[in-house]
Amino acid sequence: MFGLVDCNNFYASCERVFRPELEGRPVVVLSNNDGCVVARSQEAKALGLKMGVPYFQVKAEFEQRGGVACSSNYELYGDMSRRVMWYLQQRAPAVEIYSVDEAFLDLHGMQQHFDLAGWAGDVRGAVRQRTGIPVCVGVAPTKTLAKVANRLAKKDALAGMGAGVLVLDDEAQRREALSRVPVQDVWGVGHKNAGKLYAVGVRTAAQLAGVGDAWARKNLGGVVGARLLHELRGFSCSGVVVEPDVRKSVCKSRSFGQVLSEMEQVAGAVATHAARAGEILRHDGLAARLLTVTVETSRFANMPPPYSSSAQLTLPVATDDTLTLTKWAQRGLERIWRPGLRYVKAGVVLDGLERAGVNQQASLFGDVATSPARAKLMRALDALNGRFGTGAVKVAAAVPAPGTREPWGMRRNAKSPAFTTKWGELWQVKC
Amino acid sequence: MMNLLLSCGFPSPAADYESELVDLNRLMLRHPDASFLARAHGESMRGAGIHDGDVLAVDRSMLAQDGDIVVACVEGEYTVKRLSKRVDSVALVAENPAYPPIVVRNADNLRIFGVVVLVLHPLVTEGRRGLSYVRPQ
Repeated sequence: MFGLVDCNNFYASCERVFRPELEGRPVVVLSNNDGCVVARSQEAKALGLKMGVPYFQVKAEFEQRGGVACSSNYELYGDMSRRVMWYLQQRAPAVEIYSVDEAFLDLHGMQQHFDLAGWAGDVRGAVRQRTGIPVCVGVAPTKTLAKVANRLAKKDALAGMGAGVLVLDDEAQRREALSRVPVQDVWGVGHKNAGKLYAVGVRTAAQLAGVGDAWARKNLGGVVGARLLHELRGFSCSGVVVEPDVRKSVCKSRSFGQVLSEMEQVAGAVATHAARAGEILRHDGLAARLLTVTVETSRFANMPPPYSSSAQLTLPVATDDTLTLTKWAQRGLERIWRPGLRYVKAGVVLDGLERAGVNQQASLFGDVATSPARAKLMRALDALNGRFGTGAVKVAAAVPAPGTREPWGMRRNAKSPAFTTKWGELWQVKC
Repeated sequence: MMNLLLSCGFPSPAADYESELVDLNRLMLRHPDASFLARAHGESMRGAGIHDGDVLAVDRSMLAQDGDIVVACVEGEYTVKRLSKRVDSVALVAENPAYPPIVVRNADNLRIFGVVVLVLHPLVTEGRRGLSYVRPQ
């Protein structure tokens, strides 16, 4: 058996743990630069707010109805996610962290020893108690069915019915559940396939489970489609994948809070991304050999899509050194810079990652950037930024002109404190 | 990170016994997933040794018992008080005579965030403690 634990309205729930005044009110979380709605509380969904809608379009009415908008606070969401996953790992033999707010549990053989519905209800209650995050749990013989079970458990729980837990362990329950799920909501049925299925009259997951194997192979992506049907019929085709993916690249890219046309300003954004990417490399013990700088421009205001350009550089020695990465990133930017354009986004991508210090070819000319002193400097930099907050100490190129805010910085006008990850933003309680 | 340590002298006899620093987190956070640190503001719990600016460790995994110091939600705001269960009500009691207890008659109106399990109280001023440095790994 498999379990799927999924957090309810995760980002909005994270905000509420530390901000009880948000309880019962419509809450939305906005994307970078406070652009679009990326998460909604149940109350906000009930108001009819759609996912992805530009916030300025709904702001006036939303606020008039008591709604609260929060800028995205990824430090907080990341920490709360770690807490939920950490606890699940204590309770289940194997856990696949599927996304920030979702995990598959391997419950193989557990039904012999536990009443799974009782066990799942207990886990649900404990996650809520320990982290403050409400979750729903679906349990079924396959991952696809566990998804279905979770979906139905959540629908019922949010409608004020059910226990937030659904176990599908017999044939009648499985059929009944599948008949309640529209085919486009089945895990693995994309938008395109849903269209094909509708065209032949398949509207529910139950009907999908009944289509012929040959038809599925032909029309739903070959073996992928056949597996999907098998899973819906209760025959598991995939297990829980515990090993985390090995990092293949680091990408730091972000829209500016405003349009920029000064090279110095865009260079500041690029330097900021390079520094942050370097920090990630050092954290993971990796070094990069390839560096790509990207910019996106909007040549005419209000005329998407923007034109984009990139430059890839091969570094002489794989490195995790912020100063070296910044230097090469600036050279990349100089290559693709076209004066007079209106830039809206810049990014740095690091590829060709290898373990730092392993098989690393030292430069023939005693490069200062690979010296032990430089590694020590980077450790000190990371320690300072870890203690005083990201960007407390930065390279000069990433410092904005005196007296100005970072012109490339994000608009995050309504961000909660990080609460759990920074001393300077620690959760405050009254005595 | 390049660790090119080319040492040539006599090896330190202590090298085999290197271990990690005693980790304060392990004392403060018995349940790391369920524990949250908070900065206390106010004087109402002075009698319990909680001063303005102290850091508290709050554990959500414990069931709050009579007499525990808890973080409770009162009128949409978190406050630190001692939990006192009475026959027909629950009171959140301050440890400072200047602050009257908050009496909650309907238990449904009381939400407890967690139990305060530890308080970190500095005994000298921040200034005298000096700038902290972070030990390189």
